[in-house]
Amino acid sequence: MPEATPAPNPAPDRVTGTSRVKRGLAEMLRGGVIMDVVTAEHAKIAEDSGAVAVMALERVPADIRRDGGVARMSDPALIEAIQGAVTVPVMAKARIGHFAEAQVLEALAVDYIDESEVLTPADEAYHIDKWAFTVPFVCGATNLGEALRRLSEGAAMIRSKGEAGTGNIVEAVRHLRSILGDMRRITQADSAELYGWAKQLQAPVALVQEIAESGRLPVPLFCAGGIATPADASLVMQLGAEAVFVGSGIFKSSDPARRARAIVEAATHYRDAHILAKVSKGLGDPMRGDDIATLDVKLAERGW
Amino acid sequence: MKVGVLALQGDVREHSQVLAELGAHPVAVRTPEDLTGVDAMVLPGGESTTISMLLDSSGLRRPLGARLAEGMPALGTCAGMVLLATEVLDGRPDQESFGAIDLTVRRNAFGRQVASFETDLDVAGLSGEALHAVFIRAPVVERAGPAVEVLASVADSQGVPRPVLCRQGVVVAAAFHPELSGDWRVHEMFLAGR
Repeated sequence: MPEATPAPNPAPDRVTGTSRVKRGLAEMLRGGVIMDVVTAEHAKIAEDSGAVAVMALERVPADIRRDGGVARMSDPALIEAIQGAVTVPVMAKARIGHFAEAQVLEALAVDYIDESEVLTPADEAYHIDKWAFTVPFVCGATNLGEALRRLSEGAAMIRSKGEAGTGNIVEAVRHLRSILGDMRRITQADSAELYGWAKQLQAPVALVQEIAESGRLPVPLFCAGGIATPADASLVMQLGAEAVFVGSGIFKSSDPARRARAIVEAATHYRDAHILAKVSKGLGDPMRGDDIATLDVKLAERGW
Repeated sequence: MKVGVLALQGDVREHSQVLAELGAHPVAVRTPEDLTGVDAMVLPGGESTTISMLLDSSGLRRPLGARLAEGMPALGTCAGMVLLATEVLDGRPDQESFGAIDLTVRRNAFGRQVASFETDLDVAGLSGEALHAVFIRAPVVERAGPAVEVLASVADSQGVPRPVLCRQGVVVAAAFHPELSGDWRVHEMFLAGR
């Protein structure tokens, strides 16, 4: 079992918890698939299928949506069991604004914390001050302003939110197009217009200027919420996502191991339609999924 | 010079940018056909278990292994070091590596992400200031064969000095990420060494 706290720093010239190492782990996950798992057995299946990381939680989003009630951080015993079962990074979710849950997850030495709208928010005004932590954070965003506000709070990875637990890709596409479309427009803006963009996005002008210069977010942009097929993964990666989170889409399908592996291959070969055709054959039934218009609760509207 | 960057998963873009800045011609390698005309190979950081599975599904393991066995120059960083080694500890039981450099490597030897760190390294044969190095869930070398030159070491979580930058002929392996620190001397050494 991993130790709950990191070993004491053996060398004083060694620095942990820097932006460079936080963003660095996200960069190492590029081109990969991060899979939601609810048991150590699921975690093994995910790793065997080529997952770059797993997200440890008690219920996948489709079940959270079905069951209702308050969704909270997972039981530490479950997280430890999953950490003990796999060698790939293990992530876990904290409620929006629930910095005490995040402190517990850091004590468990999870590799990334997802401050997630899939859980019930704990604070209606403030997200977690993520600079205060050594462990890196990923946050969801539906548009560029939201992404930049999360970055200003210290997030080291952004994922487009999509609509978790639906198996419906339409919201992920909307959010990605919004984020990437505004970034493309910002690269065309002159220096005076960047102040207008900062005002419109309600985001720090320094981050807007950084995007104008580089054409990219300063951290990796991944996609979550609604990915259920290899072609879904290809679609969002061709749109500009650098990796994908798959939640309910794998373990709510009829043949999880096979589908997981196919989505992993799709994330690598996302521009090669022949390989996509090959890996998409005979995967069994995907998760059933929901039309967005029929939903009572839109998880993506949590957070701001 | 055409330098292939294994583009199955990981920080492919950073390596490609460094190689282009240094005047090489980086080529993304995802299928056996992509290996055609490639003079040298970079194996980037990423998840070695994922890359290993994709080496099999893409059909790249055999042709890439053959090129490495013929003596193609290669640079592996972090997961790339794991893939180039002869033996992997704390990996998956079915994890195979290329054996292009005679190393026994332990995965995640410093612990989980909260133990990932930056530090300055003294590197044998590099002139100028210390090399700034970024270690992310990094492996270390537990055994280096007689043909391997150890160029830099750091203390592991037990305080034992472990090699983190090694060379054997035209193959260079780093436990850290020279593509992330803005100091490109490891890539320069690799490109000059062929």
